[in-house]
Amino acid sequence: MTATLTQKPVEKNGTGTHAARFDHVSKSFGRPGAQQLVLDDITLDVAPGEFVCLLGASGCGKSTLLNLVAGLDKPTGGSIDVPGGRPALMFQEHALFPWLTAGKNIELALRMRGVPRAERRDEAERLLELVRLKGAYGKRVHELSGGMRQRVAMARALAQDSRLLLMDEPFAALDAITRDVLHDELTRIWRETNLSVLFVTHNVREAVRLAQRVVLMSSRPGRIAREWDVEMPQPRRIEDAAVADLSVEITEQLRGEIRRHGQH
Amino acid sequence: MASTEAQQDASVKTPADADAAPDQLAGLEAGLDALETRVKDRVPVSRVLLDKVLPPVVAIVIVLALWQLAYTLELKPHYQLPSPVDVGHSLQEKWLDGTLLGYVWHSVSRGALGFAASLVIGTPLGLLVARVRFVRAAIGPILSGLQSLPSVAWVPAAIIWFGLTDSTIYAVVLLGAVPSIANGLVSGVDQISPLYLRAGRTLGATGVAGVRHILLPAALPGYIAGLKQGWAFSWRSLMAAELIATSPDLGTGLGQLLDQARVDQDMSLVLAAILLILVVGIGIELLIFAPIERRVLRSRGLLPNAR
Repeated sequence: MTATLTQKPVEKNGTGTHAARFDHVSKSFGRPGAQQLVLDDITLDVAPGEFVCLLGASGCGKSTLLNLVAGLDKPTGGSIDVPGGRPALMFQEHALFPWLTAGKNIELALRMRGVPRAERRDEAERLLELVRLKGAYGKRVHELSGGMRQRVAMARALAQDSRLLLMDEPFAALDAITRDVLHDELTRIWRETNLSVLFVTHNVREAVRLAQRVVLMSSRPGRIAREWDVEMPQPRRIEDAAVADLSVEITEQLRGEIRRHGQH
Repeated sequence: MASTEAQQDASVKTPADADAAPDQLAGLEAGLDALETRVKDRVPVSRVLLDKVLPPVVAIVIVLALWQLAYTLELKPHYQLPSPVDVGHSLQEKWLDGTLLGYVWHSVSRGALGFAASLVIGTPLGLLVARVRFVRAAIGPILSGLQSLPSVAWVPAAIIWFGLTDSTIYAVVLLGAVPSIANGLVSGVDQISPLYLRAGRTLGATGVAGVRHILLPAALPGYIAGLKQGWAFSWRSLMAAELIATSPDLGTGLGQLLDQARVDQDMSLVLAAILLILVVGIGIELLIFAPIERRVLRSRGLLPNAR
């Protein structure tokens, strides 16, 4: 009953065995002596072309983990290997630059990547078309709706041409209908580009809707509590019975993790 | 690792569903985009006139009427309080002499040159204070303190250093405007959302590229506010310097005109000169700085109710 997953071809995405590898990673904040352990002994591989959701309640260090992979912070212990170079990162807020148009936001990413000037415009238009925002090139950020902004942000992240896309609750601030549509979009784009995605969320249904693998983290300190392979074929729908069933199971586990914190 | 019992029964999608989905999705998305995109309404010109032009005109008329009333009631002797018409005559006289524009141009060109020099000095200075911790700790407080020092206080010192020369006037203008411009840039940089800096770093915009593509454009609104204030300080300092440092070598700007009118006890010319100083100061702000600021803010969607 479970063997229906269509495994994505690996060779298209490079020769490595992983897109990101966490090897006994730990992270503490604060001064020596009064340190707070945020991440504890995280060991995790994201395979090339794999879609992994990191799921956890507040304080599980999801965002800290993404910052480490993105190179915005350094781990206290262990090592992180990202063979594809600097990963692309999408935030909960669109983080588009308001002084640039949608197209120029994408072109800035292209420019930073070293794409020659003559090719930037065409490439930006192509990426906008990929997120179905043809014609939004000259639009200012404030002229776009929340969903459109996140799609431009997605196009900008794709413009980095990284093999690994990190997403930090990118749809959390959107309304349910828009979020649903963007789930479909993300799945489609992931399948078209064969990217590896590490997607952080606290929304169980979202995780099950999107991921090939859901990794549940416990909180304070963040540890990997359990993993599930999600083997329903894509495209899924968030209201699918199979999605709901697995969500119930994962939610139970998540609640158990949260309950532990109330006991001491 | 636990796996799910994914129920692969008849209710799960057929491949045909999956093929139909993209078109539907595109349609759904187009609908959402259309629904959520704000429609901009154009404001008619008559409305703009009514909202923006009428109020200041009314205010000016009221001030002139009160002034005329005070003149008519002779609250002060006429040689001390001339009527608006007398002041108008003074202006007209200078205009007919062909000297009026000369005074204005003399001051404005000095002000513009002084402002440009302040810009060239203040901008890198502000950037240094904003980004280098040591520099900020060292001169940040002095820079903000200098802003509250009236630049006219520098005039005696400048005269002793440079004598009655143009250098004196420019020194005073620079000491007035540089701190404003630098402080504006510092506060502009301080107000940048950390999110933009983070996003910039993930895109690889670090170092010089980060300053050029992220830091400076993000700080632009605060920087422009600083420039506006810098201009006001330039103009004020210039007038203070011109008023005190009068000498035939320095030519005649509006400040010197004002001082000359005082010496001649020509009150209508004094008022006319004050009026000109005011009009030039406001005019440059309205004609140059306000449009730039509006444009920057509007392009970023920071003027939600702009009319």
